[in-house]
Parts: sequence; structure tokens; C-alpha cells
Amino acid sequence: MKIVGLVGTIVGHKTRIAMDYMLTTLREKDPNVDASLIDLAEYNIRFSDGRNYLEYDGDTQFVAKSLMDADAIIIGTPVFQASIPAPLKNIFDLLPVNAFQDKIIGMIVTAGSPKHYLIAEQQLKPILAYMKAQMVQSYVFIEEKDFYQKAMINEDILFRISRLAEDTVVLTKTYAAIREEQEKAYGF
Amino acid sequence: MRKYRIDSSKGLEFGIYTLGDHLPDPVTGERISAEQRIHEIIEYAKLADQAGIDFFSVGESHQDYFATQAHAVVLGAIAQATKKIKIGSSSTIISTSDPVRVYENFATIDLISGGRAEIIAGRASRIGLFDLLGYNLRDYEELFEEKFDLLLKINEEEIVNWKGNFRAPLTNAKILPRPKNGSLLIWRAVGGTAASAMKAGYAGVPMFMAHLGGPAAIFKRTIDAYRESAQASGFDPAELPVTTAGFFYTAESTQQALRELYPRINEGMKKTNGQGFSKQLFAQGADPHSIINVGSPQQIIEKILYQYELFGHQRYIAQIDFGGMPFDKVMKNVEVIGTEIVPAIKKYTAKK
Repeated sequence: MKIVGLVGTIVGHKTRIAMDYMLTTLREKDPNVDASLIDLAEYNIRFSDGRNYLEYDGDTQFVAKSLMDADAIIIGTPVFQASIPAPLKNIFDLLPVNAFQDKIIGMIVTAGSPKHYLIAEQQLKPILAYMKAQMVQSYVFIEEKDFYQKAMINEDILFRISRLAEDTVVLTKTYAAIREEQEKAYGF
Repeated sequence: MRKYRIDSSKGLEFGIYTLGDHLPDPVTGERISAEQRIHEIIEYAKLADQAGIDFFSVGESHQDYFATQAHAVVLGAIAQATKKIKIGSSSTIISTSDPVRVYENFATIDLISGGRAEIIAGRASRIGLFDLLGYNLRDYEELFEEKFDLLLKINEEEIVNWKGNFRAPLTNAKILPRPKNGSLLIWRAVGGTAASAMKAGYAGVPMFMAHLGGPAAIFKRTIDAYRESAQASGFDPAELPVTTAGFFYTAESTQQALRELYPRINEGMKKTNGQGFSKQLFAQGADPHSIINVGSPQQIIEKILYQYELFGHQRYIAQIDFGGMPFDKVMKNVEVIGTEIVPAIKKYTAKK
């Protein structure tokens, strides 16, 4: 099972901290999970110009292909201007319309203010739904006050991330099994 | 329709097209050489001709897993190898070609074949060829519109005076040779959307519509939009031919047909488009109202007749060889088309 963690911003550190913790948790829970992290800050990604994702080169193609090849994706995103960051939106624009068909997607959201707790609900989820993702309904929302000296100090957050890791793996396995059974029934 | 060399009284025309893809057969994992693939395509056209099929066309794609980038050259060989079948491109990417050279090529193919050549001009669904051939992707729309207009003008006028943005001007230019009957049938290639079809309609140009999957009724809307736009521009839709193009595969039973076709489509699309074809959607292809013509010969006949009733189109063309489909299976399909499917379709659609 391939799971890609995507840090959807090129600035800040909170999302990366949470995602690192998520990746460690995933690997601890299930050694069979092939978990990798893509931090957009470490890549030089082009703006989408509408071409097929196979036709980009360099980092852009690497990132697009890694996401397309994943069975599950955990998206980590901060909230900027009451919205998802532009680099993350660009990733969605680089991919085909049905890019997340048969993929499980979990979300971790960091924000400077609790007032942003519905941003993922109202902005991220509709995009993922349009792209045919099977979402893990509950996402983890993390505030500024949950961090201290580049670490997460709120036990509740750690528990939530642990549950999100578990749910993502379980749902990925479950949906694969459902799909397999359904496809077998077609008889071809 | 006479203008377009289509005799509706003989019923719906049946054609075959290939994109010239050069993919491994996912069932065996093996890929034939490009040389063999090109020879098989020429052989395919010969068999289609012998089977009494009306039309055969070859497309150009400038990317991995394709072999007919020089599709006009392949069509030249087909023109020589065949006798009666109409031949064309599916499609010629006019945006990244010089319309003068395209016209010279196809007028020549027309002379070699004794007046059987047609051009289907498209815009390319992939954009690698813009870099390869030295064009700017930002001009995607303008390149197509300008070059397509020039192509139509060359077809209509023996002496061309023309000025545009993407090619040197033409002053009293003679584009030679001229095709056998003075002009070629030129179609505009259209994806499934109504917006795309309307552009062909407004210009009063014959429409070649490709379709992947879904209910046939969806594509009826596209065809209606085409005809309404043509009417709004002062053209008579009854005089404008429509071709539909999509997946085709027949075997003894529908299950067998689905089983043999699906892996080729799914794996082939993964390689060429980066995404497979959902098995669930493909399973719906067995429905009599699906646009995918997959099934037993009798089921396919019923599907095509249903589509004919719905669309009132002039030609349907079948894509059979995609995704490394073994040639013996392609040949078997041509045989069944010639002996069972075409006779039945003609019988029901010809004017008595």
C-alpha cells in the first residue's frame, strides 16, 4: 500500500511537523505501508498550464506521478487568507479531473486561528469530492497553541493523528477489497 | 451530401480508424516492432477494403507508444494497397502543421487512390508536439482556427491570396496538385463537448465526433448543438455530414468481448493518458444504450442501429486495434464486420 503525505505549502513549519508525525505513526502502525513524504517546499513545481500530467518534466512530473501512483494520500495544509495555499491548489490543477478515483484521502489542517476550522470542510472537501476522492471524513485541525518549540504538545492532537493514520489504512484496505469483489462480479 | 461524396441512400457508412498506437499487449506483455505495427496497419486497411467497409483512417500522435507520426506517409501506402475504401486521417493535427504541405500530401494521396482521400483536422489532445515541432502552446486555439481556415480556403480556391499570423502570406499561390475531383472532404474533429461541436456548426463544416464512454444520449446533445449552430449560421444541417468514432469490439458473447477488450483499453490508457478506464464504467458498455460498441455481433448491430436512430449520422467508425490488440483478433473483427454487421446495418438504414 502506497501512501503519500503531501505538505501543501512552501512556507511555515507547523504543517511539516504534523505530517512528519503522521508519517512516523503510519510506519509504526503498519510496516507494510510504503509511506513517503512530499514537502512542496523542497520541490520546484511549475504552474499548471492544462497539459496532461505525463507531459511535465522534472519535479512537476515527479510530484504529479507520485500522487497518481498512490493508493492513499494524506494532505497537510495550512490556512492562508481563509483558504488553502496556492501551491496546493496548483497541485490539484496539475492533475486530471478524476485523479483521486479509487484513492483514499485524509486531511490535516493547521491554522493560526480557530476561526478557520471549517475551511477544509468548505473548500478542500468539495475539490476532493469533485476529483472523485474517497475521503476520510474526519480531519485533524491543529491550532497555533497546539505547538511549542517546533513540537506538538497537545495530546489530543496526537491521538487524533493516530486515529487518522489508522482510518486511512483501514479504509484503503477496505475500499480495495470492495472494489476487487465488485470487479470480480462483472465476470470479465 | 453529394458534395461530400456520401450517398445517404446507401445507408449508414461503416469505417475503421486507428490512432497508430504502438503499445504492448497487456495479456502477453509483448510489444511488436514499429515496423511490424505499420505493416499490420496497412494490412488492416487492405482487409477492411476487401470486407466492403466504407472508410479507413490513421491518426498522428507525437508521443511515446505511437508509430504513425508520419500518418500521411502511411496513408500513401494504404492508398496504393487498397482499391475502393475511402481513406483519411484521424486526425491530422493542423495546428502544428503547414496547411499547404498537408494539402499537398492529401491531394497526392487522393490522386494515388483515385479520389478516395479525406482530411479530418484536429487540435491534439496532448501537447508534446508543440515543443517538438516548434509552436507555442499559448497559441493553441488561434493556431488551430487560423490553419484550419487556411486549409479550407486552399480546398476551395485554386489560386490563394491569404495573410495570417502563423505562416508567411500567400500571394497568388497555386497549391498543387489538385485532388482528383477538384476538392477534398475536410472534417473538423470534435471532442465530446457541445462547445467544441458548435464551432464546427458555426463554420458549416462536417463534424467528426469522438466518444469514449457513457450513454449514447449524451452525445445526441452534442450533435444537436452542432446542427443548431449550423442552422444559426445559415447552413442547412441536412446537408452537413456527421461521423461518430469510438471503441468497438465483437466476440461470440458480450462477456468474451468485454474480457478481451478491457485489459487493452485499461492498460493502454494508463500508458498513453496516465489513467486507466474504470471497470465499472466499462461494464456499463454492455448496455444496449451505451456508446461503446462492444458485444456479440447481434448486440452491436442493435447498438449501432439505436445510435443511428438517435443521431441520424452518416458514418460510424470503429476503433478496434487499441492497446496492443493481437492482429488475429483484429482480423476476426474485420471479417465479422464484413460478413454480418455491415450487411445488417445497410439493410436497415439504406433508403428503399
